[in-house]
Amino acid sequence: MISRLLSHDLPRSRWLALALVLVVLALAFAPFLFPGSKALGAAAKMLVFILLVASYDLLLGYTGIVSFAHTMFFGIGAYGVAIASTRLAPTFAAIALGVVAALALSLVLSLVIGLFSLRVKAIFYAMITLAVASAFQTLASQLSDFTGGEDGLTFKNPAVLSPSFEPFETPFFGVTVDGKLVTYYVLFVAVVLLFLALLRIVNSPFGRVLQAIRENDFRAEAIGFRTVVYRTLSNVLAALFATLAGALLALWLRYTGPDTTLSLEIMLDILLIVVIGGMGTLYGAVIGSVIFVFAQNYLQDLLKFGQAALGGEAGVPVLSQLVSPDRWLLWLGVLFVLAVYHFPSGIVGRLRLVKR
Amino acid sequence: MNLLELSGVHTHIGAYHILHGVNLAVREGEVTMLLGRNGAGKTTTLRTIMGLWSATQGEIRFKGASLKGLATPDIATRGIAYVPESMGIFTDLTVQENLVLAARAARHAGELDSARLDWIFGLFPALKKFWLYPAGKLSGGQKQMLAVARAIVEPRALLLIDEPSKGLAPSIINNLISAFNELKRQKTTILLVEQNFHMARSLGDQVAVMDNGAVVHTGSMRELADDEGLQQRLLGLSLAVHQ
Amino acid sequence: MNTTTTRATVAAATTSAAIPKAQFDWIPVALVVAIALGALPLIGSPSTWVTLTVAGLAMGMIVFIIASGLTLVFGLMDVLNFGHGVFIALGAFIATSVMGGMAGWAGESGAAQLVAVFTAMLVAFAAAAALGWLFERVIVRPVYGLHLKQILITMGGMIVGEELIKVIWGPLQIPLPLPEVLRGSFLLGDAAVEKYRVLATLIGAVVFAALAWTLARTKIGLLIRAGVQDREMVESLGYRIRRLFVGVFVIGSALAGMGGVLWGLYQQSVVPQIGAQVNVLLFIVIIIGGLGSTLGCFVGALLVGLLANYTGFLAPKVALFSNIGLMVAILLWRPQGLYPVTNR
Repeated sequence: MISRLLSHDLPRSRWLALALVLVVLALAFAPFLFPGSKALGAAAKMLVFILLVASYDLLLGYTGIVSFAHTMFFGIGAYGVAIASTRLAPTFAAIALGVVAALALSLVLSLVIGLFSLRVKAIFYAMITLAVASAFQTLASQLSDFTGGEDGLTFKNPAVLSPSFEPFETPFFGVTVDGKLVTYYVLFVAVVLLFLALLRIVNSPFGRVLQAIRENDFRAEAIGFRTVVYRTLSNVLAALFATLAGALLALWLRYTGPDTTLSLEIMLDILLIVVIGGMGTLYGAVIGSVIFVFAQNYLQDLLKFGQAALGGEAGVPVLSQLVSPDRWLLWLGVLFVLAVYHFPSGIVGRLRLVKR
Repeated sequence: MNLLELSGVHTHIGAYHILHGVNLAVREGEVTMLLGRNGAGKTTTLRTIMGLWSATQGEIRFKGASLKGLATPDIATRGIAYVPESMGIFTDLTVQENLVLAARAARHAGELDSARLDWIFGLFPALKKFWLYPAGKLSGGQKQMLAVARAIVEPRALLLIDEPSKGLAPSIINNLISAFNELKRQKTTILLVEQNFHMARSLGDQVAVMDNGAVVHTGSMRELADDEGLQQRLLGLSLAVHQ
Repeated sequence: MNTTTTRATVAAATTSAAIPKAQFDWIPVALVVAIALGALPLIGSPSTWVTLTVAGLAMGMIVFIIASGLTLVFGLMDVLNFGHGVFIALGAFIATSVMGGMAGWAGESGAAQLVAVFTAMLVAFAAAAALGWLFERVIVRPVYGLHLKQILITMGGMIVGEELIKVIWGPLQIPLPLPEVLRGSFLLGDAAVEKYRVLATLIGAVVFAALAWTLARTKIGLLIRAGVQDREMVESLGYRIRRLFVGVFVIGSALAGMGGVLWGLYQQSVVPQIGAQVNVLLFIVIIIGGLGSTLGCFVGALLVGLLANYTGFLAPKVALFSNIGLMVAILLWRPQGLYPVTNR
């Protein structure tokens, strides 16, 4: 039954299966296992990234398309919820409208971008999507009346999802039941369902054709598959799932700005995760996202430790700056470079090589 | 004297085992024809000699010294010129520039050997006519002439030439044959891959026939040309017909 | 080898050549002129037009200096350096240190101030060359031919480089004021033409001329042009083209560093993200020009510079998207860029 749920795409490795089960359990019971808002925030971010990176894996790992425009769709989803909640009212109906509008916009844009790839070669396509994403980010910060500009939009959630909603007086297993908790579980259920849907897609005949195209598009075309159609569809599907991930993020943060979703940094994070986790596996997105968000949140603490040991901010020159917690990205960058060399098939690939 | 010797050469391309122990000897001052069906491994052999693909096993000796593990530029500077099947013409460069590039000692057109240049113009008059023209605009036959001209613009010990007559009109092929005959008279050593048996028969001194990645027959060209039965066995059909 | 006979032979070939040289494709160059002239009626006042045109040319020249290395590196060795911006940032920050340090020595003297600027450019050139050499060895060399890994690793290299710059110079913006002698404008009738922009244009023109001459008239240039088309054949002719590539990469990085100085002075301030900010612009320019083509890069950069300045004046909201709009328009016309390099 589990096999059918996972669309017959099993982990195929004892260690991976174990890791996945741990992750699912940890995320499912996060509010109870890891108390505190920082931990819950990290867990929520992990959930959003799992969905976002898995949708990118569909595009990159399964179809072989390098695109830098993925954050654009992420942002569209987030802004859809934000704008609907701000301009209309913080109700579920408004949110639903916002999400639908965002999905529609993503559909159109991804179609256009997907079809444009007809005229240009893969390398051009990568660079063009970089330019498009950058233009979109500028657009979002320019249309300040609509999008809140550089400052972004802060908004309220519907009553059930707001932090002030506390239906029970007494704590449940040590945790106060409030809107934040409810929101967390909305995220959890949504991400689980959508991830399973992605598994379904990549393991369907459609998914297999995508992989054939990734391996040898010339041959696929010769056999009779219109590669343009499949590539465009893959583009569209990836964009739609990313849009939903953005909507979920907005619901959690109750804020959206050009930097939370549209920045190049986030695009690089996605690339980093999909490479470290393992491209073309979907499970790589799960493992990678968990590791990344964990590092992002707790690496700084580690660095702070190191800096204190070197005499703090004003301590040993250059050296103390190297381990300044503000420079955590330096170390992540080094890790990134090393990962590209030494983990070509990602963690999932490595785990699967280990004999059972 | 054997200028080039291959012994037990195996070449793998990815997972594919293309050459299965090739044994080949090219005598100095002679034209050796490398014949065989499509897919027999002739081009792979030439590319392996040039170091474009690495031999996984076996020895390649040129002038007695091993070529194993050398990079392509180093193999070329030892005195081997290679004319690939695709000709490798630099289409954006002029005919002049293509030749200057091929002449390692020349820093610009003025430093090309005039006697040699005259000789080349004599063999291939079209090159003089199209001297400043971008090579990409030449016809197929003219490009082939340029490719061969590049290989002889400076003296080289060994020429490796892959199917020069492919896709060319018979008159052009005759042009090529006279050019190669001229080279023969100058005692240039050539290893020539050819499907065109007429060309092979007119030029070849020695012949090596390949099949399934190995050399299955060596001998003189006369011997092969006179024996139709042998031709039938080795090459699948009587090549007297295959002009 | 008798050189006089050779010259005679070659000369004879040259004159007897019934077929003339290939026709030069003037259309893209004409496009630059057309846009410049087309903007005149829209802007109205000729003096404003002159100011904007010089500004556009200056910006274009600086972008060309920075981007030329990028396009050659891709054309020659099929390497996409998404981290090219790090050399620009290095150059810009070096400028702050060198010019800041020399400000006291230079004092009031215009000549000395110019010396400071050129010293900064020289130091930036050298430093970026060194960093470029290191970058090629450590980051780029292991991933030849693997496009995806190149994109990832060069971006990773840029992140690390940017962070290291923050370690040395701090994470904040540093002002980079123009020296006294370069402030202000020349007056051509009614038109005010900024002195610095004229200098930048001149430097850009010199760099372009040097690159063009090297490519067209030297054997190394010949090797580069041939290598862009068919690397394997160049190796089969006996040239160690990998060594040449390292050289091209280093020079390209050095030019980016030098361009970084000019860019920093153009913006009059420097931030660690300066490299990433310019990156997108660079990609647009080299795509417009045609990957691997130096002339294309030059024309593309001028187009981008002119358009940015004209739209900045005429329709500021549109100006932010003028680059991307230009790129889409050019690609619809010539999908491989203005001067496509054949065999790609």
